[in-house]
Amino acid sequence: MADVKRITTPLTKEMSRSLKAGDSVLITGTIYSARDAAHKVMTEALARGEKLPMDFTNQIVYYLGPTPARPGKAIGAAGPTTAGRMDAYTPQMIEQGLTGIIGKGYRSPAVVESMKKNSTVYMVAIGGAGALIAESIKAYEVLAYPELGPEALAKLTVEDFPAIVAIDCEGNNFYEKGQKPYCKL
Amino acid sequence: MRTIEVDQITQAIAKMCIDACYNLSADVYDALVAAEKQEESTLGKEIIGKIVKNADIAKNGEVPICQDTGMTVIFMEIGQDVHLVGGNLEEAVNAGVAKGYTEGYLRKSVVGEPLFNRKNTTNNTPAILHISIVPGDKLKIKLAPKGFGSENKGALKMLVPADGIEGVKKVVLDTVKLAGPNACPPMVIGVGIGGTMEKATLLAKKSLLRPLNKRNPNPDYANLEAELLELVNKTGIGPQGLGGITTALAVNIEYFATHIAGLPVAVNINCHATRHAEVEL
Repeated sequence: MADVKRITTPLTKEMSRSLKAGDSVLITGTIYSARDAAHKVMTEALARGEKLPMDFTNQIVYYLGPTPARPGKAIGAAGPTTAGRMDAYTPQMIEQGLTGIIGKGYRSPAVVESMKKNSTVYMVAIGGAGALIAESIKAYEVLAYPELGPEALAKLTVEDFPAIVAIDCEGNNFYEKGQKPYCKL
Repeated sequence: MRTIEVDQITQAIAKMCIDACYNLSADVYDALVAAEKQEESTLGKEIIGKIVKNADIAKNGEVPICQDTGMTVIFMEIGQDVHLVGGNLEEAVNAGVAKGYTEGYLRKSVVGEPLFNRKNTTNNTPAILHISIVPGDKLKIKLAPKGFGSENKGALKMLVPADGIEGVKKVVLDTVKLAGPNACPPMVIGVGIGGTMEKATLLAKKSLLRPLNKRNPNPDYANLEAELLELVNKTGIGPQGLGGITTALAVNIEYFATHIAGLPVAVNINCHATRHAEVEL
C-alpha cells in the first residue's frame, strides 16, 4: 500500500475530515467495541433520557464481538461485523460525538447524511481476518453490559490497527469507486 | 447391527468444531492462493494475501480464523444398521457443540429464542441438525460452523418453469450484488435448484459442504456452475467489496426433482472463511 496514514486517538474532527475514501490507515490508541445488543441498550437508554456509560466525543467505535481470549492473550479473533445492522442506531450514536466507525459493508443513506453533518468517518477492516487483526489489539477491557457476553461495550488498546476508509466525511464512497473499474456486466 | 455409543458422537463433534474454526481446509486455502495470483486490483490482491496470512496465523491453534465462529450446522448420515446407545442423540450432539465451543475458546453466538428476549444460551447450542438414514453400518458427520454475515444475505425465489436458466442466473446474480461486502467476499455461493421450498434451501446449504475444487457430476450443472462463477466475478465487487475480479471462489449447485409447476431456487452464501469438517464413525 502506497500511502498509509497513521492516526492516534482521540480522533478530532479535523483529523477525521483529513481522511479520504480509499485511504489506508493505521490506528493507534484507544477504540471502543460495541455491536447489535450494546447499540440497542445504549439507544434505549438515550430514549429514556439517561446518560451513556462513557463519553463518545471524538471516539471511534469498532463493530466487534470477539472470541474469548486464551490465557495470556489480550483477545481472541477480532474482525469486524456487518455495519448495516447498526444503521438504525448509528445516527443517534453519531449525535453523541463519534468521529470514527469501523465495520464492514454498506451503510444506509441516513447514516451517510449523519456522518457528513458531524464529520464522522466510516472505515472498514478485513472481514474474516480476525486472527490477523487481533495482533494489533493489545488490551481488551469490558466497560459496561458484561451480561451481553461478546456483545458487551469494551475498551480496546490498539497499535497500528489496519483499516481502509470506505466512506469519508464528505460522503465519498470507496465501495462505488473501487468496484467501478472491474464491473464488466 | 453395529452399536455406537452416543458419547463417541459427542467427542467427535467437539473436536470437529475446534478443527473447523482453526484450520481452513486445503480446498479453500488453495483457492485463495490461486485467487491472489489472478486478482487484478492491487488492493484486492493485498486483501487476499492478508486473508491467506490470517489462515496461517489461525492454524497454530491460538486464535480462530474469524470471530464469528457461527451457528453449528451438522449433516449426519446414519447407517440403517447402526444402533445408537448410551443416551439421546440430539443431546449428545449438543453436548459436543457445547464442549467444542467452550474448550476451543470459540464465540458463543446463539440466542435461545429469536424475537422477544434473544438471550444467549452461553454454549452455542442448539446446533442445526439434519439427519438422514442411509444404507450400511457407518455414521458420517459433516459439520459446518455458519457465520451470519453471509447467512443473512441468502435468498429463496419460487421461480416458474418459464423463467428457465436465465431466471436462475438472475436470482444468483441479484443475490450476490445485494450481499456485496457484507458477506465478506471472496465468497462461496451455494445454490439449490428444484424440490420444494424447504428442499431448495437445504440443497443450497448442502452444496456448501462440497469441496471447492469438485464440480457437480452432471455436466449441465457443472457448466452452469462455471458460467455463474464467471458472471459473478464480472460484478466488480471483488475482495471485501472494494473492487476486483475475485468476488467468488466457487459456485456449487445441487439439484433435485421438482413439481411440473415449479422451479425453486435458493442461494446460500458463505464468506471466504468457508469452514467444514467431516468424520466417519
